[in-house]
Amino acid sequence: MFRYLPYLLVGILFGFVLVKSEAASWYRIQEMFHFQSFHMFGILFSAIITALVSIQIVKRLGHKKALDGQVIDIPEKAPGTVSYVLGGLIFGFGWGLVGLCPGPMFAMAGTGSLGAMVVLAGALHGTWLYGALKQHLPH
Amino acid sequence: MDWLIHPWPWYVAGPIIGLMVPLMLFIGNRSFGISNNLRHLCAITQPPMVEVDFFRYNWKEHTWSLVFVIGTALGGYLAGVVFADPNPVQLSPAAQDMLLSWGFLLPEGKLVPDELFLTSVRNFTFLFACGVLVGFGTRYAGGCTSGHAITGLSTLQLPSLYAVLGIFGGGLIASWFLVPHMLVG
Repeated sequence: MFRYLPYLLVGILFGFVLVKSEAASWYRIQEMFHFQSFHMFGILFSAIITALVSIQIVKRLGHKKALDGQVIDIPEKAPGTVSYVLGGLIFGFGWGLVGLCPGPMFAMAGTGSLGAMVVLAGALHGTWLYGALKQHLPH
Repeated sequence: MDWLIHPWPWYVAGPIIGLMVPLMLFIGNRSFGISNNLRHLCAITQPPMVEVDFFRYNWKEHTWSLVFVIGTALGGYLAGVVFADPNPVQLSPAAQDMLLSWGFLLPEGKLVPDELFLTSVRNFTFLFACGVLVGFGTRYAGGCTSGHAITGLSTLQLPSLYAVLGIFGGGLIASWFLVPHMLVG
């Protein structure tokens, strides 16, 4: 159990940031999609740049090992186009309406928001639906 | 302790979120992403008589990921309840005008609007349906904002760029053409 502690701590930090930065706010998401504030773009861009730079540093350091001894490697996403664009469109459409993507869903459910728990319940059903229909969808 | 209460600016929040990617690699060679947990939760709860292959795998190997989102919910509780900020979200004036024109009240210390999130059959039907879209789309695309926009783009993966373009396109359509009419005609 103890080996999961780092994940719990980093997860707590993540949920805390999502709420404190208001990235879990429906209002901020509408503001973002209407280009009325730099706030959300600032979060996304600075997050991507921080990750990109730190990954490059990890790579330059050579084959560093993770805390548990595994060699660090970055998994490649499966090649494709259709599933990424179509799936992205459907996900983005839902996100634009409800203002919560999966991370904020968990964070807002944690604040006790019954509405966010309903969104999460819907997301579980949507995920199950995808699993059931997978073979019939273009990928 | 004011910094625990007040909202965090983007230049603090963004880099912390970005650091999730190297942190997860460093802790256990894990790829930062949230939406896979929806799949794991389906795998855990799937009743044997309706087994779908997509959910037949050893989810216990992904316990780390489930622990991470339990943490995310706890972090939400700490930030939103224990260290709650009583002040309303400081939206730009343009966004405030837009909300009013849509028939929404300005935020009053909550992150999500009462107009859509307060308990009612109508609201919960809407929220559930949106959740279905998010859950379906994110799995179809193989990731969400964290897995594609943050992890995927920062590791220079082309599929993630396609996903992000799709996500943003879908969001624009919803936010420009549907949300304005949800409350008023």
